[in-house]
Amino acid sequence: MSASPNPQAGSQPLKQHLIDPEICIRCGTCEETCPIDAISHNDDNYVVDAEICNYCMDCIGPCPTGSIDNWRLVMKAYSLEEQFEWEELPEQEELECGEQGSVSLEALEDEIDALLAKAHEGTGGKAVVPASASKPSVNLFRRDYPAVATVQGNFRLTKDNVENDVRHIILDFGDTVFPVLEGQSIAITPPGTDKDGKPHESRLYSIASPRDGERPNTNNVALTVKREPEGLCSNFLCDLNKGDQVQVTGPFGATFLMPSDPLANIIMICTGTGSAPFRAFTERRRRAMPDAPGKMLLFFGARQPDELPYFGPLMKVPEDLLAKHLVYSRLPDRPKEYVQDRMRVCAGEVSELLKDERTHIYICGLKGMETGVDEALADICRGENLDWASLKPTLRTTGRYHVETY
Amino acid sequence: MIDAMTVNYDTMIPNNVGLSEDRRVLKALERWHPGYIDWWKDMGPDGFQDAMVYLRTAVGVDPKGWAKFDYVKMPEYRWGVLLAPQEEGRTIPFGEHLGELAWQEVPGEYRALMRRLVVIQGDTEPASVEQQRHLGKTAPSLYDMRNLFQVNVEEGRHLWAMVYLLQKYFGADGREEANELLRRRSGDGDAPRMLGAFNETTGDWLSFFMFTFFTDRDGKMQLESLAQSGFDPLSRTCRFMLTEEAHHMFVGESGIGRVIQRTCEAMKAAGIEDPNDIAKIRALGVIDLPTLQKKANLHYSLSLDLFGSEVSTNAANAFNSGIKGRFHETKIDDDHRLINDTYPVLKHVDGEFKLVDEPALSALNMRLRDDYVTDCAKGIKRWNKIIEKTGVDFALTLPHAAFHRQIGEFANISVTPSGIILSDSEWNQRKGEWLPSGDDGEFIQSLMVPATGVGEYAGWIAPPKIGIDNQPGNFEYVQIAA
Repeated sequence: MSASPNPQAGSQPLKQHLIDPEICIRCGTCEETCPIDAISHNDDNYVVDAEICNYCMDCIGPCPTGSIDNWRLVMKAYSLEEQFEWEELPEQEELECGEQGSVSLEALEDEIDALLAKAHEGTGGKAVVPASASKPSVNLFRRDYPAVATVQGNFRLTKDNVENDVRHIILDFGDTVFPVLEGQSIAITPPGTDKDGKPHESRLYSIASPRDGERPNTNNVALTVKREPEGLCSNFLCDLNKGDQVQVTGPFGATFLMPSDPLANIIMICTGTGSAPFRAFTERRRRAMPDAPGKMLLFFGARQPDELPYFGPLMKVPEDLLAKHLVYSRLPDRPKEYVQDRMRVCAGEVSELLKDERTHIYICGLKGMETGVDEALADICRGENLDWASLKPTLRTTGRYHVETY
Repeated sequence: MIDAMTVNYDTMIPNNVGLSEDRRVLKALERWHPGYIDWWKDMGPDGFQDAMVYLRTAVGVDPKGWAKFDYVKMPEYRWGVLLAPQEEGRTIPFGEHLGELAWQEVPGEYRALMRRLVVIQGDTEPASVEQQRHLGKTAPSLYDMRNLFQVNVEEGRHLWAMVYLLQKYFGADGREEANELLRRRSGDGDAPRMLGAFNETTGDWLSFFMFTFFTDRDGKMQLESLAQSGFDPLSRTCRFMLTEEAHHMFVGESGIGRVIQRTCEAMKAAGIEDPNDIAKIRALGVIDLPTLQKKANLHYSLSLDLFGSEVSTNAANAFNSGIKGRFHETKIDDDHRLINDTYPVLKHVDGEFKLVDEPALSALNMRLRDDYVTDCAKGIKRWNKIIEKTGVDFALTLPHAAFHRQIGEFANISVTPSGIILSDSEWNQRKGEWLPSGDDGEFIQSLMVPATGVGEYAGWIAPPKIGIDNQPGNFEYVQIAA
């Protein structure tokens, strides 16, 4: 797939690469670096030509100021003349986005953007990044120039006595700079072609390790992958051996990110491999701000302990860092319990947090969990004279309600 | 433990020049290395050798992965030798060798001239580290402290870059010069650094920001000219150094910008409309704009001296022989030989300033200085925009090129920032209007109290608009050792 020519004025918004003139110091490094001469300048500003820029991202790393890493969704690209005149970057305009409102800055590649838009549908509107989240890098690597990662390890997380094969796969980037934030995803394209001879579609995987790697200061990411019986990509990944090489694109995602504010409370609700981002969130907070006053609360559902990814390590996370509710639906001699059931049991705790303006909610797992969780939250609110129907959009628009389901 | 990187870490010195196959140079650098570390510990940032600093380390020359950010103790920083990739078939872009294949070895006839250029450039790198070594103790924030240390370690790496060239291409003489670079000390009575501006202590943070804006910008112009060199290894070295130098420009421009921002905001909040009401403004604990103007006058004029004499046969020779080109040489539309061209040089003739046409080859220092002035003016314009936005009625200006000069055409005259020539006695009486006085210095010094809390900033400077490496405002850029 070659870099697509950027549309000028069409029905779909364009992701335009822009330079913040207030922060740029006009050092010229970007213009020197750009391999296709998309960047030019006048006496005042350095600017990117939307008709030439192919999002190769070569200019992002060398910029000394960070002014280079700015993006806007536009129906019609800002012209060079407009950009030359700017004294500051225009705000992102509210757009009537396409049919499903599916275009965002979560990814620059449309294929991935569509996957993420679908995953975030349950948010109930435009997803908004938490106010105190770190700024993510997005789509530094793409299909036509992927990063190559080496498999550092591939461990089965579920017990051998259960059918469910969930794996913890560590990918090392070696000498490649691949900056990620907790909550972001990477995409893997299985090698080979489909029956029509076309390359396979990419699959997205949420990273399960924090930004500084599986262990502090390592240049790797961990994934939590469940083997699906007919899953092309999941079987490819689950069968990888140490030392194998994988082509990776990304990082993707600019809204499902954790707040950096140590006062922020984080409620995390997940099933199965949906636990991946929450493992990253927890580990991030443990490493970066172990004494943070903000609470972390986890509702994690599985059929039984042997099938719950990270069961062992999770049991070792202290309760004062992470209050854990591990919930099982297939325990012998016990009634089925789902995450929403346990949330109702903990209504007091949950509603206290819901009243706090620093509380963020994250839901991750299978699409099927959305309705149950939503109803549970509505019930909990009702019991406390809160109105979920109005609270939910408030949470969403303030970057405190996030859904990523598949 | 050392990671496998693009850079070759199988030897002690990270590099992309195949050092492990070049035993002679590798040995020479390994012998030089302990002296360098001793120098860093003696003359590098005082009191912070054990701090964990969130630094950018150049690990390769590919734009996608050229740098990594991580915590590191400065003496363990991986200084190395990195050159921009070699361009196949690159030709010499100027001078009498125009169009010939760039040299991969130093031509014998230019050896002395070229060595001198490399040594002068190399000498400024450790000098600035020495000048700034006490600043860490009064950093206005951990963010600024980190930026200072980033500048310092990269100046250290630039020294490595120059020392590599000396060891690799200049034989025993080069080795001797490499050792001398570690022997000279900024401000030392017996063995000072080679250029005047590099023998003054950088005593406060305002001076540091001014230095990185004005003086490091001279460095940038010099590197840009050397990046054009017909001697390919020098060109490639300088091209890569420029990527790092951009960070130093950033520290200066944004640093002063943040000081201005804070001052103007404090004035507005206190209802002070007159920017010249210095006592009232200083009482707010911020630096008044007239004092900023004086500091700019000082650092600008000292930096102009670094360009040397306006008319210079050395500069002509360096150009003619293909060693040092002009700023953005390959983007200039002329014959790149300049044999019959002229260039207007500002001179002091019969009591007034006149542009006098001089042979373009001899006027190359003047030309580079003109490019420098244009570059500085753009930064001043940005600063003035900050002032304008806050609604304060004041504008910073660049002084006249003849103001406060010690080298070149104007060394023997006394001139005001607006270009009026004064008698010596008038100058001595009035220079306090344009250059920082002892009192100004004391006031600035009184503000230099450290702010070392995470996310904390001293009262005289605004926080940055965005963090380094996209880090949030409360990021602990330096973990100071207990």
